[in-house]
Amino acid sequence: MSFDVALIKKDFPLLQRVINNKPLVYLDSANTSQKPRQVIDAMSHFMETSYAPINRSAYQLAAESTDAFEHARGLCRTFINAPRTNEIIFTKNATEALNLVAHSWGGANLHRGDVVVLTQMEHHANIVPWHMLAASHGIELRWVPLTDDGQLDLTNLDSLLKGAKAFSFTAMSNVLGTITPVQQLCAAAHAAGAIAIVDGCQYVPHNVTDVVAWGADFLTFSSHKMCGPSGIGVLWGREELLNAMPPFLGGGNMIADVRLDGFTCAELPAKFEAGTPPITEVIGLGAAISYLTAIGMSNIRQHEKETVTYALSALNDRYGNDITIHGPSDPEVRGATLSFKFKDVHPHDLSQVLDQSNICVRAGHHCAKPLMRLLGANATARASFYLYNSLDDVDALVNALEGAGDLFSL
Amino acid sequence: MPGLEDLYREIILDHYRTPRNRGELAPPASKAEGHNPLCGDEIQVYIDVADGVVRDIKIGGQGCSISQSSASMMSAAVKGKSIDDIRNLVRRFKHMMSIEEEGNDSPIDESQSLGDLEALQGVVKFPVRIKCAVLSWNTLLDALNNA
Repeated sequence: MSFDVALIKKDFPLLQRVINNKPLVYLDSANTSQKPRQVIDAMSHFMETSYAPINRSAYQLAAESTDAFEHARGLCRTFINAPRTNEIIFTKNATEALNLVAHSWGGANLHRGDVVVLTQMEHHANIVPWHMLAASHGIELRWVPLTDDGQLDLTNLDSLLKGAKAFSFTAMSNVLGTITPVQQLCAAAHAAGAIAIVDGCQYVPHNVTDVVAWGADFLTFSSHKMCGPSGIGVLWGREELLNAMPPFLGGGNMIADVRLDGFTCAELPAKFEAGTPPITEVIGLGAAISYLTAIGMSNIRQHEKETVTYALSALNDRYGNDITIHGPSDPEVRGATLSFKFKDVHPHDLSQVLDQSNICVRAGHHCAKPLMRLLGANATARASFYLYNSLDDVDALVNALEGAGDLFSL
Repeated sequence: MPGLEDLYREIILDHYRTPRNRGELAPPASKAEGHNPLCGDEIQVYIDVADGVVRDIKIGGQGCSISQSSASMMSAAVKGKSIDDIRNLVRRFKHMMSIEEEGNDSPIDESQSLGDLEALQGVVKFPVRIKCAVLSWNTLLDALNNA
């Protein structure tokens, strides 16, 4: 199908909002995305017709609820080309998924002096769990540095990976927009005897994902950044690894048996899904995947590549040296997430001024403080585009920036 | 929606462009550091206390126009004042920002003019910016407690 952004935008009720007679320009999808009618309706319909506990109770309604829930798990499998459906673990979000890997796999397999390699562009969610393991297990962290244009500097990758047990990295930076060479990084990890953990939180919503082609061992991503509801994330892991890992959270659903003297874990995926999950949210995630798949992930990537190409030249042409856009200038290796510095206007003030034009951008450190220090900034402003953003939205941003510089006389 | 002119009053922009009392004080001056973990702003407040009076104050760090101007105005307002007066002023400023001290119902002394600080009143109309405005004030309290 052809990609028609005007038609797509119509699917999103919230994007129809008008505030002070001006349309909403939502440029914060790297933070969280808006939801299409299809997702909202699927969740409402499920709650109105089929909501019931899953994996327990013998009545028909419970069976329907369980079927719908497991159908969504199957959609997740197909979406990332995972080999097996039982490798899809539902978590609260990508942060919890990364914590699950660090604490369960890392807790069981890492010992004092073992090395985990991260990159300097990671989100706190892929840093702090490893810092916690450094404190509890005495592991050592090594960091892949960045090039001047915000890509991974792979010059010394092999020596950094030497002796490492795990390499955990983002597929796309939430600050720089950089798309990393995931397949190459997975291969380098394996050549060094390390497992490859891919943080796909920013990448999966915007690109075709294929964990088999990548050769990854784990992948994490979050529903709310891909048109689905918040409160649900996904961990995919290779079955062999998941089976060998100890459980993460204990409780209902994750057990085969509980005795006074101990317990036996359930099989995958229940083993890692303690307690009642966010059932309706999983249905919503499934609907979001169906929605995105119908449009086509390669079409979405193409649209965003065109959008970021246009945005880069529009901002640079208009503002020249007054604007510094972080990250790669080549749209082939970046997504449509633009962090920038505009004159000397503080990002918080910048987003306040843009808000007058209903332009929603993020201002802050984007949960990536080590990267911010590297950029020499406490904070940046970040505009991030998605399938529903048109070139008009880019123009709105470009035009509204003019006023910010004037206000602060910078 | 309130207009930007309610927030970015000229006096605020003046303190932002030309911050007062920037710098550091060497030990034994009391130092406290404040962070706004959401936006990355950070501030250092140094105070020199003698005989219950803040003799000198210096401000370091980085932040948006609201946090920086609030810190600058605060430094000008508290320099040379007694700790008791300063604690009252902090309470009064936070009251202006709609932040009340829990469990303290005693009346706030509003006999003195707030001066330039009145300009920050408009921040209340932008609730997300209140924490920018009070960052330096909370950090000042820490510095007083450390002194």
